Order: sequence, then C-alpha cells, then structure tokens
Amino acid sequence: MVLWRREGFAEDAWAFLADDAEAPETGSIVVSLKRWLAEREALASRTGPVGVAVDAGADAQAHLPELANRPLVALAFAKFADGRSFSYARLLRDRHGFKGELRAVGEVLIDEIPLMLRCGFDSFDVTNAPTLAVLEAGRLPGPPIHYQPGSGGDEAPAGVRSWRTISAARQG
Amino acid sequence: MYHYDDFDAAFVAARVEQFRDQVARRLSGELTEEQFRPHRLMNGLYLQLHSYMLRIAVPYGTLNSRQMRKLAEIARKYDRGYGHFTTRQNIQYNWPALKDTPDILAELSSVEMHAIQTSGNCIRNVTADHYAGVAHDEIADPRPYAEILRQWSSLHPEFSFLPRKFKIAVNGAAHDRAVIQAHDIGLQVVRNNEGEIGFTVYVGGGMGRTPFIGRKVREFLPERDLLAYIEAILRVYNLEGRRDNKFKARIKILMHEKTLETLRDEIETEFAARDAKALDLPPEDVARVAAFFAPPELEPKKPVSDRVERRKSKDSRFASFFASNVVAHKVPGYVVVTVSLKAIGAVPGDASADQMDAVADLAEDYSHDELRVSHEQNLILPHVALDDLPAVYDRLASVDLATANAGAVTDIIACPGLDYCTLATARSIPVAQRIAQRFGDGARARSIGPLKINISGCVNACGHHHVGQIGILGLERAGEETYQITLGGSADENAAIGQITGPGFSSENIVGAIDTIVETYMGLRRRDDETFIEAFRRVGLAPFKEALYERSAGSDI
Amino acid sequence: MPDVITANRLADGVVVFQTADAGWSEDFNRAAVLPDAEATKAALARATEDVTRNLVVDAYAFAVETRNGHVAPKALREAIRAAGPTTRRDLGKQAEGHAPLSGPTAVKEADHVSL
Repeated sequence: MVLWRREGFAEDAWAFLADDAEAPETGSIVVSLKRWLAEREALASRTGPVGVAVDAGADAQAHLPELANRPLVALAFAKFADGRSFSYARLLRDRHGFKGELRAVGEVLIDEIPLMLRCGFDSFDVTNAPTLAVLEAGRLPGPPIHYQPGSGGDEAPAGVRSWRTISAARQG
Repeated sequence: MYHYDDFDAAFVAARVEQFRDQVARRLSGELTEEQFRPHRLMNGLYLQLHSYMLRIAVPYGTLNSRQMRKLAEIARKYDRGYGHFTTRQNIQYNWPALKDTPDILAELSSVEMHAIQTSGNCIRNVTADHYAGVAHDEIADPRPYAEILRQWSSLHPEFSFLPRKFKIAVNGAAHDRAVIQAHDIGLQVVRNNEGEIGFTVYVGGGMGRTPFIGRKVREFLPERDLLAYIEAILRVYNLEGRRDNKFKARIKILMHEKTLETLRDEIETEFAARDAKALDLPPEDVARVAAFFAPPELEPKKPVSDRVERRKSKDSRFASFFASNVVAHKVPGYVVVTVSLKAIGAVPGDASADQMDAVADLAEDYSHDELRVSHEQNLILPHVALDDLPAVYDRLASVDLATANAGAVTDIIACPGLDYCTLATARSIPVAQRIAQRFGDGARARSIGPLKINISGCVNACGHHHVGQIGILGLERAGEETYQITLGGSADENAAIGQITGPGFSSENIVGAIDTIVETYMGLRRRDDETFIEAFRRVGLAPFKEALYERSAGSDI
Repeated sequence: MPDVITANRLADGVVVFQTADAGWSEDFNRAAVLPDAEATKAALARATEDVTRNLVVDAYAFAVETRNGHVAPKALREAIRAAGPTTRRDLGKQAEGHAPLSGPTAVKEADHVSL
C-alpha cells in the first residue's frame, strides 16, 4: 500500500488500528467508526491524534458532524463503487467544515481519483498497480475543466456560466 | 440550437482521450472487464447479444443536418449502415468494435456530440418535448434547462456512482410530450401568479419491473433554485437509495418505501441546509443558454397554402400524410412534420444511413437546419413552410419515410428486444412488424384513429409498455415467447400505468389479440372521434377482457 | 444435456464458440459439443483462461439439442445469437453462412386467427 497526495507520493504518519489492538498512548492512530463511538472518551484523552475510518457500505451520515472534528477521516470504497462516500466527502468539507485529512482507502482506482479529489479527498491509499503506474507518471485522467464547483479547494470559476470551474493545479 | 464553446469542446475532447486510454488499457489487459465495465457504460458502450452496442446522446432530441450526416457516416464506416433511434431520444449502433469506439467518439466530438452518461448508474441524457420551441401551447422552451442540466450533470463528482441510473425529463408546454411522470425527476415548466418562470417537480416515476407514476414534490420551484434543488434530490437519493438489490435501487422504490411525504420532507430539509457550494442559477446564465435556442426568424405566412390544398385534393396519400404527420407551427404558415420511422413492416426507430442523409438534406433545405428525435422513435422537421410541404413529402416518399401514421395504430414504439438485447426475454420487433402489417396503412388503420401501442421485450420496459394505451410485454414461459397485454396506460399529463388484461398470449396469437382489442374498441366507441383511450376510460377493462378471454378463438387459456 | 461454450471476442465483440481444439470460431457449426456436465466444466475452465488472457469476455455454456439432424441451440436467445437478428436476415452470422445448419429461427404467426 502506498500513500498518494496531490503533490505526489508521501510517507504515512498514521497507523490503522485493528479493533482488538490496544491503542498506544502516543502516535497518530486511526480507529474504526464503531470503536470510536464506543471508546471516544478514552481515545480522545490519549496524547496522540485519533482519526476515524468508515467501512465501505457503512452508514456514516448521522456521524458526519462528529467526524468533522477529527484530524483524519478515512472513507473506504468497495469493489462495486458505493457512491455514498462521495456525498460524505462533499458534506464533510462544505457543510461541516472539515479541515483535516480525508483519505480514500479500499478500491482506489485511477479513473475515480479525479472525482474523489473534486469531492474533497486529499490522500489515497493505493494498492492497484496500474493506478500506481499512472500516478507515478504524474498524469491524472479526465478533463481538467468541470461543469460543477468542486470541494477540493483547487478550482477556480471559469468565467461565464456560474457552474463552470477549472482545476488550477492541472492547467499547463 | 446549442453550440459548443471552447470550454465544451475541450471537455468532450478530454473525455474522448480519457476513454481512448481506458480502451487501450482494456485491450492490453491492464483493466479487467469488471474494472472496465463502469467506464464503458459511462460512455454508452454495452456488450449486447451479437456485439458491442454504442448509445450516443442526442441531447433533448435536437440535431442539425451536419450532426445527422455524421451519424449516417458513422453507420456506414463503423457499423452496418443503419442506426436505431430510441425511446430516450438517443441513437444506438448495434455492431461497433470496441477498438473503433474511441475513433467514433472523436468523430462525434467534431460535430459537438458525445456518448457521455448514456448508460451507467449516473444522471442520463436529459430528455425534452420534441416539439420544444415550436409548440403553440408552450410556456417556455424546455431545452435551455435541459442543456443546463446536461452540463451540470456531466462527470458530476458526487453523482457518478448512484445506486442506479437516473433520468430527468423537462416539458415546457401545457401538453406533456416528454412523459415527465415516468422519470426519476420530471420538470414541468410553469409560470406563477407573478409571471415568473419556475418548475413543478415530480419525483419517483419510472418503468421497469415495478412501475410508478412520478409524484409532485414541489408545486413551484423558482428557476434560480433549479440546480440546488436537483442537487438536494440527488444527494438524498445517493445517500439513502437502496444498494442491496438492483431491482429496488431506483428512487421510485425509495419514495414508495419512505412515502411521498417523508421523502419530500428530506428533500426540502436537504435543500434548506444548502451550503455555499450549492449552485444558484442566475437569470443571466439562463438567458445566455436560452439565446442559443432562439427560434429561427420566420416570416408569418398565410395559414392555408393553395399548393397544399391542390395536392391534398388530388393525392389521397398526401392528404393522409397531412392529416396525421403534420401539425401547425406556432408561426402561421409553417408546420412541424413528423418523419415516421415506422413504415409498415419496418423496424421501429431504425433508419438507414441513406435515410439519415436524406432527412439531413431536408432539414438543411426546408427546416432551418434543424431536426428532432422524438421519444416515439420518429424524426421531426420542426420548421417547414407550408408551401414547401409537397416537396418535402415527395422527397420523404422517395426514401420510404412518408408513411402517414404518426400517432396511429401502426406508429408502434418498440425496444430492440431479443433480436439484439442481452436482457430481453422475448422479441419485440417482429411483433411490431406483424401488428403494423395486420392493420396496414389503408382505410381501416385510419378509421381506428389515434392509438399508442408500446412493446417491451422484458420487464426493464425500454419500450415503455406500462404507459402505452395498449402495452405489450414480452416474457419467456417454459422456453416460449409469451406476451402480456396492458390497457389504459398513458404517457402524457394524465400519466397512467396500464392494467394487465389477464394471461399472456403466444407469439402466434398476440397479433390476433391486439386485433380483438381494436375491434372491441371500434364496436363500443360512441362516435368516430372518441379515441381508444377516451373509450377505455369510459368503459374500463371489462369489455376488452371479455372479448379477449371469453369470445376470441385466439386466446391461450 | 449437451452444451456449447460461447463468448464475445474482446476487441470487436463478435460472438464466438469454443472449438474442439479449445480455440474459438465465429461459426456455431464448428463448436465443440460437450456431452456431459464434466466436459462442460472442463471446457468452461479453458474458456475462463481465455477471459483472464483478455481474448474473450462473458464466456458461458448453453444447452444444445439435435434438430433436423443438426445440432441447434435449445433456447431462442442462443439461436438468435448464433444466427443474427430474426428481423434482419442480411445481418450477423446468417449473412456470412454461419447460421446453425438446423435452419433459421421462425417468426411464428398463426394464420387462422381471425374475427
């Protein structure tokens, strides 16, 4: 598994913890939503930061306001794209003011990454080899211009027509 | 009509190149079929019974002659010399090779066309009234709104992986010719008491194995709020629509399970909570897009043409054509001509490349370069001067496109069925052909009057049989094709789902059964101009049931 | 019941049938007829390898029977797939001389239904 951000490949400072693994006192950890809901007081009192991972297919809608206060939220994608995480991401960023790291995990494929970026994801756990190859080549597929405002923070309005935007980072 | 600017052209070009790359990766084996499938579907490419099938969007059914000629060229160069116009105002090619599809899409982009989102679990091609901009009873042209929605929904980052496909239709006239209540979202353009434009919003219509007529969720949605409100509907659907069963994944099922009131409350709550990213649709932007759809400048003329009247008096076929395929344009002295793709015995919706070229030439010569595709699988010449009608008719007749049957018993809507479709359970096209041949184009067919027959070859209902006045659903029973009949469906502002008559009919007997229904109607109508649907609403199912199952020799019980 | 294995060729989508030497033919009449479930299973395994090698897609087995002294697809769907659209005899395999030798799929209509 390799961590990728818009700027390129990166070191992962976060440790994803299994539900039955003991939480270390220090260091950045990510726990499941289920564990967070059950142990949030204890987890929040530790020294290191705690992120929360939402499983693919889990209903996270009711927890979005709470998740927005975490330093990292990981949303998992399943093989057959369950599009809810795109809405979760959009809502976390724009409705709940989430400023932390939003990570896509699970089935993260090259053709979906541009959409994920536009919904506000900013880090990606990538295992798919062809996806890694395209990312290494430094080219994202698809149009760098859009017919909707995105939540990724890099888009500027494209002049006439209010719905059009341009991904600044991908021009030229 | 709409024309791409540099932004649109760059977007489509980038999309073509993205697909070219995806196809190359598929052919090289880098992408598995499972990984490739959602990408090919997002570009309208299916794997069908005989081959791949490419579905190309004709946004809200509007085309110019250059585009139609390009469709003909693609049919010749990459396919088998014909195309199939569908109930969603699209065109399908039945035989393209996967390796050619990027080139086909590149050729399409040269005439401002694409296949984006003609399939897949995303917002599909937005459809509209095929008489948009020319109808007498129009409140406003629906196409600017359809175009805005087309743009806004293209590669939408949040709504590209919905629970299931999502269809939006817009109607701008008092009479609904876009079947808006059979769509996931139906938009009816209205004016409020202050004279402002807005929309009545219907949600949860749909065909398929569980048909529903759309329900009203908003009486008046201001124009400005169009995109924000649709986004709210899509978000509620994306978050709450079922993903555990593809037959229960459409928004119609969500509405059915939650009730109209609950879903409406959720949509309104989501709409009220809209944030800074929700789109406001300013009137200047609507005006910019609407300017593309400004009607051609037509000099009003005499509403009666001597040339037409003379021809009518001496040519009964022309007179029939005039009566059935020609309606008045909103500008006096002009007409809207339906080009029937339902010649007796022909495949409904199919047009040969030569026919496409001929219609393109007619559009250029006589219809201000404009054409329409109707959800009834016909083509429309929307701006023909009445005086030109005889010439248009003669040229249509020379390519077998002058059948005088628009809206008649032989103007049958049919999906491709088991002759082409991998989902089908029975054939549709041969049934349509045989029904058309049974009634023909003579006095008998004319005396029947307006009657809409719809045929689907499986429960997915691409032939919209649920809203056919006579609906035929092809099924398979113990290895044999069986056809179930519904009566009383309606696809207009009085939308209704047809009622099943009873046990189905074999392929051998289905045409006779339809004949029995028509004869029963003819026998019980009060006047010659009491239409089938009027008569059905008056008498109900009973007399037809009796005729089908108690008196007819052809029934299969 | 005997089976035949079919698939679509990846690059152009053309319908193909598995032959006795585990290759693929566009002609149904050259397909290997698999006498029993065991043979079908083995043949499908070979077909699945070709799916993995990205030569073909959607490989599956379908039932055949003997009709007019020739092997024919049992289901109408497979008969149409092996021949071409019943409404366009000029298209598909039937137009290239590859239709099942058992004859074309009939469009059934009763002559006697009348009122």
